[in-house]
Amino acid sequence: MNAEIGHFALILAFAVAIFQMVVPMIGAQKGWSGWIDSARPAALAQFGLIAISFVALTMAFVSSDFSVRLVYENSHTAKPLIYKISGVWGNHEGSMLLWVLILALFGAAAAVFDANLPPSLRARVLGVQASVGAAFLGFILFTSNPFLRLDNPPFDGRDLNPLLQDPGLAFHPPFLYLGYVGLSMAFSFAVAALIEGRVDAAWARWVRPWTLAAWVFLTIGIALGSWWAYYELGWGGFWFWDPVENASFMPWLVAAALLHSAIVVEKREVLKSWTILLAIMAFGFSLIGTFIVRSGIITSVHSFANDPERGVFILAILAFFVGGALLLFTFRAGSMQAKGVFAPVSREGALVLNNILLAVAAFVVFIGTVWPLIAELAWDRKLSVGTPFFEKAFTPFMVALAIVLPLGAILPWKRGKLMRALRPLRGALAFAGAVMVLVFAVSTGRSGLAVIGAGLGSWLIAGAATDLWLRTGKSGLSRLLRLPRADWGKAIAHGGLGVTFIGISLLMAWQVEDIRVARLGESFTVGSYQITLEGIEERPGPNYDSIFATMTVARNGKQVAQLYPEKRVYPVQAMPTTEAAIQNGIFRDIYLVIGDEQQNGGWAVRSYIKPFANWIWLGCALMALGGFVSLSDRRYRVAAGARRTAAAPQPAE
Amino acid sequence: MRALILILSLFLALPALAVQPDEVLDDPALETRAREISKILRCPVCQGETIDESNAPISRDLRLYLRERLVAGDSDAEVVEAVTERFGEYVLFEPPARGANWLLYLAGPLAALLALFAGWRFIRSRDLAEDRPAALSDEEKARLERIMRD
Repeated sequence: MNAEIGHFALILAFAVAIFQMVVPMIGAQKGWSGWIDSARPAALAQFGLIAISFVALTMAFVSSDFSVRLVYENSHTAKPLIYKISGVWGNHEGSMLLWVLILALFGAAAAVFDANLPPSLRARVLGVQASVGAAFLGFILFTSNPFLRLDNPPFDGRDLNPLLQDPGLAFHPPFLYLGYVGLSMAFSFAVAALIEGRVDAAWARWVRPWTLAAWVFLTIGIALGSWWAYYELGWGGFWFWDPVENASFMPWLVAAALLHSAIVVEKREVLKSWTILLAIMAFGFSLIGTFIVRSGIITSVHSFANDPERGVFILAILAFFVGGALLLFTFRAGSMQAKGVFAPVSREGALVLNNILLAVAAFVVFIGTVWPLIAELAWDRKLSVGTPFFEKAFTPFMVALAIVLPLGAILPWKRGKLMRALRPLRGALAFAGAVMVLVFAVSTGRSGLAVIGAGLGSWLIAGAATDLWLRTGKSGLSRLLRLPRADWGKAIAHGGLGVTFIGISLLMAWQVEDIRVARLGESFTVGSYQITLEGIEERPGPNYDSIFATMTVARNGKQVAQLYPEKRVYPVQAMPTTEAAIQNGIFRDIYLVIGDEQQNGGWAVRSYIKPFANWIWLGCALMALGGFVSLSDRRYRVAAGARRTAAAPQPAE
Repeated sequence: MRALILILSLFLALPALAVQPDEVLDDPALETRAREISKILRCPVCQGETIDESNAPISRDLRLYLRERLVAGDSDAEVVEAVTERFGEYVLFEPPARGANWLLYLAGPLAALLALFAGWRFIRSRDLAEDRPAALSDEEKARLERIMRD
């Protein structure tokens, strides 16, 4: 019964979305206030109905209702509760349901929180948002219905892929989707503004918090995925330049550019049409990402041909929304006139450079991701584009970005002097230089990466600190705490980028790896640590069997840690997973993996010393925190009231 | 099922104890070279994994093969060439810069130059506007008048 209720609610939501897409739009065009006002309840109803549908599916998973095909294919009675719940989005159909749930959540949030939006703009924003919702609800209902029943319900399910049975990955998709789908708000605002033909500072102020929120969630989602890969895949890789990863990285880069260009529109009323274009492209990349992941086209053209219906459907959605928005853009972009003027050396100039670097970096990732497809379609060449290409083609843009960032962040608006801006950064420059000398002194061999990465990272961190210090002016520390939260957010996020730079470069340059056969009780040396395999035993888990190793790590004869790497086998899917044992430290992780028993005794053991690994995700966490802090800035909280009083004296028509 | 992992997980590699202890060469210099090579070669049957990470039997065979060649005295380029000959350029994670692939390598720098040029032109246009005497259009004059009256 539950499944039918869920299915029915989804059909109703589809109908409501179509209503919400048509009626408020017409109302806004004709100025009919009743039709305009219908957008709000419709947005709330659409969210409520999809939520009912989602809860129905979740209940089917929690109660292991194997008469629902999706539950049978992705769940098992012995699975822990948390993975029964995460199993809801651990498959194609359920993840699309989560996608539209979040889409409707953003629509409902816009309906509730943006009470100060002009009614016609709000109606159009919600109308555009609903059109995206309707397209994807149609996609689910016609090609990916999660509520299909089985005629003969089996006794037990086929279980979720063991790799996905992990806390890091359980929450990775929801955050990623909050980011992906959150960019739909920027898109809706952009299209609504194009229809209205008006983009001003107020528009930028409305659109920026949504973009910021989406970017923060995207940052958290990507970091969670990367962290999961680090501890779960068994050798500590954290980024693979895989098409599916790139699919999430491209919108992140474009959203980062959009965040910065929206500031220019808000403060100076220039870069308007560019910002609109970025807003369209940011969501466009989200849709491209969804298409890449859902259709499987990049991994193999053949898997796409096997199930073309879904891929073609999403491609049609992508073509309609991005194509339509770009068409609208070409007609209306000319009407958006830039107001402010500025010298090349100025904050505006620096932010233009920021946008160039981020947008071109996103383009490089895009071309590398789709190149195998282009090559196969155009020249019938089967080739691969992977890590070595991206490291060479992408890194220069990040290096350039890091070099100019601290300088651009403190340049004054309108007109600045390069030498004058550099003066307060002398300290930061000296600090970065000192770090580079230190890193050069302690590294042996391949040190270029470590020296440059650590130098740029310290330059970013010290630059962010200088930025904060300059903002306090002469009044010193007491002012520091009373700075606008946007200033704090900016400094924290820029510093976080520096922390991530340091983590990535030092980990890649200084990692130590050891692969060997270890016998019980035998010690071996890795880096400056002595590692001993103390014991091995078999232990049953809730839905798996485990080979459980006990290993000690000592340094200079003193025990540092006792670690328990595991190797699990999930019998339902007959699939082994490795559970690396990691001792986290500020300056290094010790990472141990137990492998197979060898024929002539002993066990395969891989040991890693991973310097500064945690800095990668600490930096991401700081970037996300900076975003949140900036989001809580006063201007977003009080703008509502200010606007309402200004609008009050208008005479009624 | 592989497709589902892909769809959901973002990361494709299977949990792998890729390089096994019995594969490791005694000569550390040769072993380092072998690892560098195996990090740019793609496992022919997996989804986006290098043969260094991969758990598949064919990747193990390839790892053993390239070590054999290295021990026999081949250069890195010769080893890569030999593997490519057998499996096609599909196994190279860094596509060779020949034929149409030049486009791939030039796309980034060209886009950067184009963007810098466009950005510079935009900045110059904003800069000049400052020096220009502020001539108001009729519409703007009317609007100014309206504002002044309020």
